[in-house]
Amino acid sequence: MASIRVAVAGQPNCGKSTMFNAITGGTARVGNYPGITVDRTEGSYKLNGHEFFLVDLPGTYSLTAYSMEEVVARDVIVDERPDVVVCMLDSTALERSLYLVIQLMEMEVPIVVGLNMMDEARREGLKISSAKLSELLNLPVVECVARVGEGKTELMEAVASLTDSDKVDAKPPAISYGNYLDPIIESMTQLIEKEAPADQRPPARWLAIKILEGDEVILKRIKQYGELADKLLAMAAQAEKRVKDHTASYPEAIISDQRYGFINTLMLQGVLARDNELRLGFSSKVDKVLTHRLLGPLIMLGVLYGMFWVTFTLGATPQDWVADFFNWLAYLGATYIPQGMLRSMIVSGVLDGVGAVMSFTPLILIMFVMLVFLEDLGYMARVAYMVDRIFRVFGLHGMSVMPLVMAGGMPGGCAVPGVMCSRTLRSPRERLATILTAPFMVCGAKTTAYIVLTGAFFARDATLAMFLIVLTSWVFVLLVSRLLRWTVIKGRHTPFVMELPPYRLPTARGVAVHAWERVWQYIKKAGTVILGISIVMWALMTFPHLPASEVAKFDQMRQQAAAKVEQTHQGLAPAEMNKLVLASQAKIDRLQGETALKKSYAGSISSFVKPLTDLAGFPWEANIAFVGAFAAKEVFVSTMATAYSMGDIDPDSSSSQNAESTLEARIGADPAWTMPTIVSVFIFMLLYVPCMVTVVTIARESNWKWAAFSVAGSLVFAFVISISVYQIWTRFFL
Amino acid sequence: MVTAMRNMAANQRGKIRQVNARGELGRRIRDMGLVPGTELRIEGRAPLQDPVAIRMRGYTLTLRNSEADLIKVEVE
Repeated sequence: MASIRVAVAGQPNCGKSTMFNAITGGTARVGNYPGITVDRTEGSYKLNGHEFFLVDLPGTYSLTAYSMEEVVARDVIVDERPDVVVCMLDSTALERSLYLVIQLMEMEVPIVVGLNMMDEARREGLKISSAKLSELLNLPVVECVARVGEGKTELMEAVASLTDSDKVDAKPPAISYGNYLDPIIESMTQLIEKEAPADQRPPARWLAIKILEGDEVILKRIKQYGELADKLLAMAAQAEKRVKDHTASYPEAIISDQRYGFINTLMLQGVLARDNELRLGFSSKVDKVLTHRLLGPLIMLGVLYGMFWVTFTLGATPQDWVADFFNWLAYLGATYIPQGMLRSMIVSGVLDGVGAVMSFTPLILIMFVMLVFLEDLGYMARVAYMVDRIFRVFGLHGMSVMPLVMAGGMPGGCAVPGVMCSRTLRSPRERLATILTAPFMVCGAKTTAYIVLTGAFFARDATLAMFLIVLTSWVFVLLVSRLLRWTVIKGRHTPFVMELPPYRLPTARGVAVHAWERVWQYIKKAGTVILGISIVMWALMTFPHLPASEVAKFDQMRQQAAAKVEQTHQGLAPAEMNKLVLASQAKIDRLQGETALKKSYAGSISSFVKPLTDLAGFPWEANIAFVGAFAAKEVFVSTMATAYSMGDIDPDSSSSQNAESTLEARIGADPAWTMPTIVSVFIFMLLYVPCMVTVVTIARESNWKWAAFSVAGSLVFAFVISISVYQIWTRFFL
Repeated sequence: MVTAMRNMAANQRGKIRQVNARGELGRRIRDMGLVPGTELRIEGRAPLQDPVAIRMRGYTLTLRNSEADLIKVEVE
């Protein structure tokens, strides 16, 4: 079977990934490019005795060195030399799409063009002649509608026949770059062909053009040519001078102007005809409302609030199912595993911990489905457009909205993908400010903590409370990034040049695939990292055991309590009597559990930091939970669950009443939580250190210095704010 | 009449005469198809009057006013 390696290229929002998914189906696997964190999706496809191995390139408008995605896309083509590049085009923005095709042609790779969104183009009254385009570019052109899979087979047939015919002539496009540049490109090309070995370099003409464009990555790369590089740079400098003297322009501008000039000629030769190219389309009409100066922001806030409402209303029932399932497992464990350390570990450590975390999966799934839907719909770009003016005031960029939302600007996100997707920000300064503040957002893990805490204290206004928490996190993000941009990350702001893609209803499949990928990451985290941490936390809270003398003391107290009850209630039925005895002992059980926990390793750590946390008014359970939650924020809930279940359940008695009540009820019943304490803990949760995984990601996206700064800085900041809030509240308002 | 893009009103049409941006910004602007000769229409402005959205070449692009300053447009 002949195997063919295919790279799929295309601009953002052109339906490239939709087509990639349609072709590869279930074979698609997501990985990473080595060293960097741009997703690399691969898949395969079989047709007529051919086996295709496809790689989905990042969506890019161009192939300059503008962003990491563009460099990655380019490197795959140069270094891996795929047999064919499939370039997907958005037919409704044909000229801009062809700009990418032209650049791919300059790289002299065999290309198949997929004219996507043909249905939409027809609806908009565009008359596109794919035959004419194919003839003028001398490339196979296939009309597609990716969302229904139309054109998929034809596309792959075109790829196969391109490789079947031996004469794969991947010629550069017949563009003239004008009288000043053409001769220089020609002589540079000849020089490179003569002096640099062909098997170790990209096509000579492409290199020449990139050098004239002043492409930073290529300029660095040709340094290895030594003397040849110097010659080429001298020629480029000479060209620049000539162009400047005669046209008041410069080579890079001329090159892109001529590319668009070439594309215009194609259009005029009969590729595209349209009645009125600047007419008010459907999306424009929708935007009259959705980005309206008054309605726009109102609708935006409405959408955010609606997302909470849907998540927490719809999510409640399946959340109970998952929780019930783990409770049932815990019941099985308590019934069938013999009493002792193993049972305690499995029931109190593993099942309580992992169960608490897993029960939030339905919420996170619902939230991601909506987030991915809005992203693919094109609404997130409108949000960036509307908030840019405000974000700029705080030293951020409209595009920061995406990383921040991903990180938890709408709860359910995660700082890890948030920090990762900050790479779409071109400016190092705005990007760094976004990376450092994104962990303040209410990520899915923090959401779990807040759901439990709001459930415990504000059960009736839980949605409103969550909404206020999220608003608070946004306020902190903006203020802190302003602070950072004034102090440690000073500098000018970066250009905001962004497409508002047409509104397009995402395919159910696309939304499902993307949402599931993210939820699966969450489940994997729960199954591995959090499982391990739950066991460690359980051990920290269980060992060392209370000395036998102390245990004997509590046993004695229990016996005394029992004796007292039996004395005062003489003559009761044995069952009734037993109930009363247990009730009288419950307080002692609780005291023993609490003493054991305080004497454990976790208790020691907690009392070590107590002088500081006392200033902020934290209860000791929260202290322990915060320590554990540095590993992963989900651990906050599982630790609280363990702490409150251990405080209640004594191995020797069965205080089943308490075991059945929810964690929320148990926390809510604890008198240690006063209002200043609650607010202080809520704020600390929001601000204190990113989780371990995020710290590693920050280090990878910037460096270890910034990662360390992020940990130390946010810890100090969180303490300052929490202590201030608690102290001011308790001193002046109580 | 030639004016900076910033001064154009909503729904006003024009043709790009000159793009005075170099470096990264210039590259980005040209890549997106804002080159001399391009016809465009101002689609609207964000709620706080900045950025501006323009319709051209069959799609919608947004720019900040500070960037629109660098683009000279011929308007009727």
